[in-house]
Amino acid sequence: MPVSDFQPVIGLEVHAQLLTQSKIFCGCSTAFGAEPNRNTCPVCLGMPGVLPVLNQRVVEFAVRTGLALECTVKKTSVWSRKNYFYPDLPKGYQITQYDLPICEHGRLVIDTPQGEKVIRVRRIHMEEDAGKNVHDADVGQSLVDLNRAGVPLLEIVSEPDLRDADEAVEYLKVMRDVLVYLGVNDGNLEEGSFRCDANVSVMPKGSSTYGQRCELKNLNSFRFLKQAIEYEISRQVDVIESGGKVDQETRLWDVNKGVTRSMRSKEEAHDYRYFPEPDLPPLHVSDAAIDAAAKALPELPRAKLTRFMSQYGLPAYDARILVAERPLADFFEACAAHYADAKKLSNWFLGELMRLLKEEGTPLSSVRFTPVQLAELLGAVDKGTVSANAGKDVLGEMFRTGKAPADIIAEKGLAQVSDTGAIEAVVDDILAKNAGEVEKYRAGKKQVFGFFVGQVMRAMKGKGNPALVNDLLKKKLGD
Amino acid sequence: MQLTDLTMLELAAKLAERAVSSEEATRACLERIRQVDPQVRAFLRVDEEGALAAARASDARRKAGSPASALDGVPLGLKDIFLTEGVETTAGSRILEGFVPPFDATVVRLLKNAGLPLVGKLNMDEFAMGSSNESSAYFPTHNPWDLSRTPGGSSGGSSAAVAAREVFGALGTDTGGSIRQPAAFTNTVGLKPTYGRVSRFGVIAYASSLDQPGPMTRTVGDAAALLQLIARHDPQDATSAAVEAQDYSADLEAGVRGLKLGVPREYFTEGMDPEVEVSIRETLREYERLGATLVDVSLPHTKYALATYYLIASSEASSNLARYDGIRYGLRAKDARGLKELYAQTREKGFGPEVKRRIMLGTYALSAGYYDAYYLRAQKVRTLIREDFTKAFQQVDAVLSPTSPVPAFKLGEKLDDPLSMYLMDVFTLPCNLAGLPGLAVPCGFTKAGLPVGLQILGRPFDEARLLRIARALEREHDFFLRPAPLQG
Repeated sequence: MPVSDFQPVIGLEVHAQLLTQSKIFCGCSTAFGAEPNRNTCPVCLGMPGVLPVLNQRVVEFAVRTGLALECTVKKTSVWSRKNYFYPDLPKGYQITQYDLPICEHGRLVIDTPQGEKVIRVRRIHMEEDAGKNVHDADVGQSLVDLNRAGVPLLEIVSEPDLRDADEAVEYLKVMRDVLVYLGVNDGNLEEGSFRCDANVSVMPKGSSTYGQRCELKNLNSFRFLKQAIEYEISRQVDVIESGGKVDQETRLWDVNKGVTRSMRSKEEAHDYRYFPEPDLPPLHVSDAAIDAAAKALPELPRAKLTRFMSQYGLPAYDARILVAERPLADFFEACAAHYADAKKLSNWFLGELMRLLKEEGTPLSSVRFTPVQLAELLGAVDKGTVSANAGKDVLGEMFRTGKAPADIIAEKGLAQVSDTGAIEAVVDDILAKNAGEVEKYRAGKKQVFGFFVGQVMRAMKGKGNPALVNDLLKKKLGD
Repeated sequence: MQLTDLTMLELAAKLAERAVSSEEATRACLERIRQVDPQVRAFLRVDEEGALAAARASDARRKAGSPASALDGVPLGLKDIFLTEGVETTAGSRILEGFVPPFDATVVRLLKNAGLPLVGKLNMDEFAMGSSNESSAYFPTHNPWDLSRTPGGSSGGSSAAVAAREVFGALGTDTGGSIRQPAAFTNTVGLKPTYGRVSRFGVIAYASSLDQPGPMTRTVGDAAALLQLIARHDPQDATSAAVEAQDYSADLEAGVRGLKLGVPREYFTEGMDPEVEVSIRETLREYERLGATLVDVSLPHTKYALATYYLIASSEASSNLARYDGIRYGLRAKDARGLKELYAQTREKGFGPEVKRRIMLGTYALSAGYYDAYYLRAQKVRTLIREDFTKAFQQVDAVLSPTSPVPAFKLGEKLDDPLSMYLMDVFTLPCNLAGLPGLAVPCGFTKAGLPVGLQILGRPFDEARLLRIARALEREHDFFLRPAPLQG
């Protein structure tokens, strides 16, 4: 049977580092990139006698995420210990949530070629990250960096509702956008603050029983996720086709070879000996806290997209780009409050503003001008006070200095010339200097018109009102 | 009379009227340790320098008329389970040999802030696992009342040091009776407060849901005064209770007239030493004479307490002791090749047999396939045991029982029979499972001159009443003042 006779079944476990200032059970910083073991204290080092104290911010973030993913937020959840030995795990156990997690039974809608699809979210739980081992071949030693030990993570587990690699990638992208929107995660796959494991199985099409699944660990890019799943699907199909049986095991994606390979089999799998963490009482979240989090929930990307299309009459293409990042969407709306033509505004956003942000390499937050100023600039362009081209220069200056558009126009003398007399003089001059071209035009070579426009504009340093220039040229050329 | 014969409160009074200095009192302790500790062997480490510096600072405060607390200047000993900044702390284990904590346990900080010179670290069963002090990795401590016998465990170093008058008082920890049983073996007062009453931060964990630090003293009044210094909410311990401390000395002399005292049927069964039983029964009658009413109560799940305790305590211990892996501090096996060997050899060398036994038991009880049958079942029984007490306390103000079924036994006597050793805790550990306060107070002697202790159990956070009940008995006797027969 070819691959097309099989139905893949995929579930994802997303691990998202929470954007808290301090770790989940102590006051140490979560900042990335510090000198090894700098961000540590007796608590996250697992010294004898120390005890964890829960960072309430982590709970807030978990509740916020749960509500955004339409989960039930449990009023009582329980911390557990997951026991295993590894040098980067200082206490010999990880504090996590096990059978009673904080959130359950949610959903996330994704777009597929067949239309919208609901992917169920099984659970969301909080846990602490481990540190990392650094193997130094030069000195023949392994070193342990515990800066990351105790950094708060959310684990978001989907039901096995995804049916191919593309759906998995789409789910991960939408999830990432939601978490970034919520302000709980930075969505940074490179630094590992957003990563996922994939559970993949295949079954003959039409079957109602899932096949044996394999877990693909630590996929830290959308591309690797797609490649790893696709490879794993064909590997499992091959195994079944050649009469074999897929073993339940944990596999790693080998980036260099482009294959998944076995990390440990079910037989070697750890017995984590989970049990309720006796150092932390059960976690209670009040109705008031859940209500407050629900009230403070921002509009999510999908809802915003729909609204941008209906409220501002924007095409899907524009709306998608504007909505992709919450600050951009917010800024767009602030501007739209002062400027009625949303499509024209969107053009400036997608064109000039995005270009400036990219060129200057600054984030939106450090843009200096205000929404009202942008609206003023666009109004000036509409009125013909300044040409569209000059308006772009004005925007660049506003972007860097935050000066009012009117001041920039005045200072740089960018005001458009709409004085018919002044334009006429230039037009006459240009026509006189280019008698040959005038002949050609009159003989029917109408393309030369653009040349005249260009000459007039150049002579006027771009400040001539283009409509008037056009009119006068046509009149003088005898059209 | 020697200075070290004073109780904590008597010494505090003399310090207050500046009849003696804290430095004198501390030097007296150090001298007494030099005299008797070679026989008793209560101390793992004496911090002479630290204690004297603290004593001099205390004297300066007295001189300035600004003592830090009622017990400012009273020298104290600490079980070696409490982290002490700059002073080696081993929990009686080889695996922590050389471990010098960079910070103080919360209770140690509180005591230092209250001005008490801390004389040294007291011997204990390794990681508080044991009932005789014989599982200390270093040496067994001897009972000052009979040097051939154990002072009890696991806070046996603390009880022996207090009984031998090497310190005026000490702190111990109680997971299944480790404060009360040694108190009963040494004619001292031991109080295990309500779970969560005293911070566990900086106390090396044995079984997190059961461990509780508490005072070990020669008198009830001293216990109340010491508890006063350490009973408070600690934001660094999430299981610490946000409950205001009472004034533990206020009603100490109020007596027992009108109180209903429960006598649990299940605690007076076969296996008890006849002399212990006689002593306890006499004490019960004495309470009646003092105006209390004895009420027969039932704690039907008592018979499951021992099994429940060993499953829960061992399960938690197997996890709590996982951090001793040879990677970051303490012992590390030399010549280990590879990670697994490093773990295995470090733990093989670092842990003693009792600790290994409990790690194995706990690991087994938590493992997949056995969790439901052991750990989970034990948690359910624990709930039933707690409910037994809740019901009993609807009828009575406190429950009385023997602390230990036998008086102090001989060193080595039960070493080869862990199960019979575990039975030593049969009366004390239901209290830990239920999270209740429990107090052991001297109530008599056997013919051979071995102390017998009464156990008083109470409602959560009812420590003041337990102290008051204990004080009523203490007031009728002088044996709490009797010194152990030690040749100085």
